[in-house]
Amino acid sequence: MGEKKTPLYNTHVERGAKMVEFAGFKMPVVYTSIVTEHNTVRNKVGLFDVSHMGELEITGARAAEFADYIVTNNVDRLEEGQICYTVACNENGKVLDDLLVYKFSDERVLLVVNASNTDKIYAHLLKEKWDDVDVANRTADVAQIAVQGPLSKELLLKIPFCSDVADRIETLKYYRFFAFHKDGKEVIVSRTGYTGELGFEIYLPAEFAVDLWNELLAGGAELGVEPIGLGARDTLRFEASLCLYGNELDEETSPLEAGLKWLVKLKKGDFLGRDALAREKEEGSKKTLTGFEIQGRQIARHHFKVKYEGRVVGEVTSGTFAPYLKKSLAMAYVESGLPADANGYAIEIRGKDIEAKRIALPFYKSRAAD
Amino acid sequence: MDPKDYRFTKEHEWVYVDGDVAVIGISDYAAGELGDIVYVELPEKGSKIKQMDPIGTIEAVKTVADLYSPVSGEVIEVNEEIVEHPEMVNGSPYEDGWFIKVKIEDPGELDVLFSYDEYQDYLGEQESEEEEGSEEEEE
Repeated sequence: MGEKKTPLYNTHVERGAKMVEFAGFKMPVVYTSIVTEHNTVRNKVGLFDVSHMGELEITGARAAEFADYIVTNNVDRLEEGQICYTVACNENGKVLDDLLVYKFSDERVLLVVNASNTDKIYAHLLKEKWDDVDVANRTADVAQIAVQGPLSKELLLKIPFCSDVADRIETLKYYRFFAFHKDGKEVIVSRTGYTGELGFEIYLPAEFAVDLWNELLAGGAELGVEPIGLGARDTLRFEASLCLYGNELDEETSPLEAGLKWLVKLKKGDFLGRDALAREKEEGSKKTLTGFEIQGRQIARHHFKVKYEGRVVGEVTSGTFAPYLKKSLAMAYVESGLPADANGYAIEIRGKDIEAKRIALPFYKSRAAD
Repeated sequence: MDPKDYRFTKEHEWVYVDGDVAVIGISDYAAGELGDIVYVELPEKGSKIKQMDPIGTIEAVKTVADLYSPVSGEVIEVNEEIVEHPEMVNGSPYEDGWFIKVKIEDPGELDVLFSYDEYQDYLGEQESEEEEGSEEEEE
């Protein structure tokens, strides 16, 4: 099977982006420099082609109820036009994917899943599906553009594409969305993102993507807008300490271990993984996700060993030199019960134990994000 | 200093020879491929190094690479500026972003290195091999 391309593939290539394969898609990893792109989003506004993300639509009389059974967070309690971040677990309470649930109504919800997990979650939904719901994979028809950064709202309010819905963008709250129609086709705008900044994500028919992208670039020129690659998308989410599936989350890890216990609503109705998660909550988690600040500028990368008083106690899940905070930071799982906010830790980097201070997550939080 | 006068390794280091002193750095292609460099670890002044031994580390946001010495000899100077400001390597790989200076032990070793033009040809071959490789993977 060949690599898939997003509707914006040609615009990335024409702009000279370095293209890499990611989750079966040919995606831009960097246009100019990860550090520059990262700080453009922190200080101004950046555009991301995230059309590779999976969109799975559930419809039918009990659509929201079914979604509520699939994920750990409370979909039932969402209002229409509200979104929740959540995970979907297997029976063992381990994470199949982390995702967003958009509730249009009790009869229609949209799950936005990681590109690397779209096929898995689609198959999972079909397997678990109730008779009175339908599940459709809309990924190929839907493009997604994320507009992120402190000037993101200003940018959206400037472009013709959004002129009919300016007042709705103006008042849109965090983790809320609205849908409108353009040439008879549905466009969704949500106040969400993966950067830790004020931001929006726009879902639209694939054939509109290039026009919207170009309007955003042209309209944002004086705001300093730049397209942002997957490289900076990763460093931005890392600095904001948002989990990445495959690093912080996988089928060996529970949401409780990942610091996502706010997503696990044991008191709602039955859901997949509930018994295992209730037991884990009772008995305590074996490992805990935490942050580290590494002494010096070396980078603690995925799978590097974490030591406490000389003993291996865990493993790094993500680490880099944080471009905005300008520190070498790492997220890592360590055995539960070890001292927090403490010294005495080290990370083994190429055979040497480098001192690291255990610190709380998140590393970075923008006051304007929510 | 003009990179056309430098010699290059297969690992993308360059060397500029000034009498019996070799100035060593990494090529502009290498700096571009690594991306934003955030940390460099260099050998100590006075240490003895051998041709094509790993003598340091270059850490970029996304990846890490070893630094190989194009020549054998004694390290007589290290560029402390790039230790403090590693981004200089991206900004000026052929001048301000040099890594170390080495007193050359055996000038004959320089003969095995690429000239500038040979290095450009080598980069061309590498890229076409990469393309062929990825096509094979797809099948």
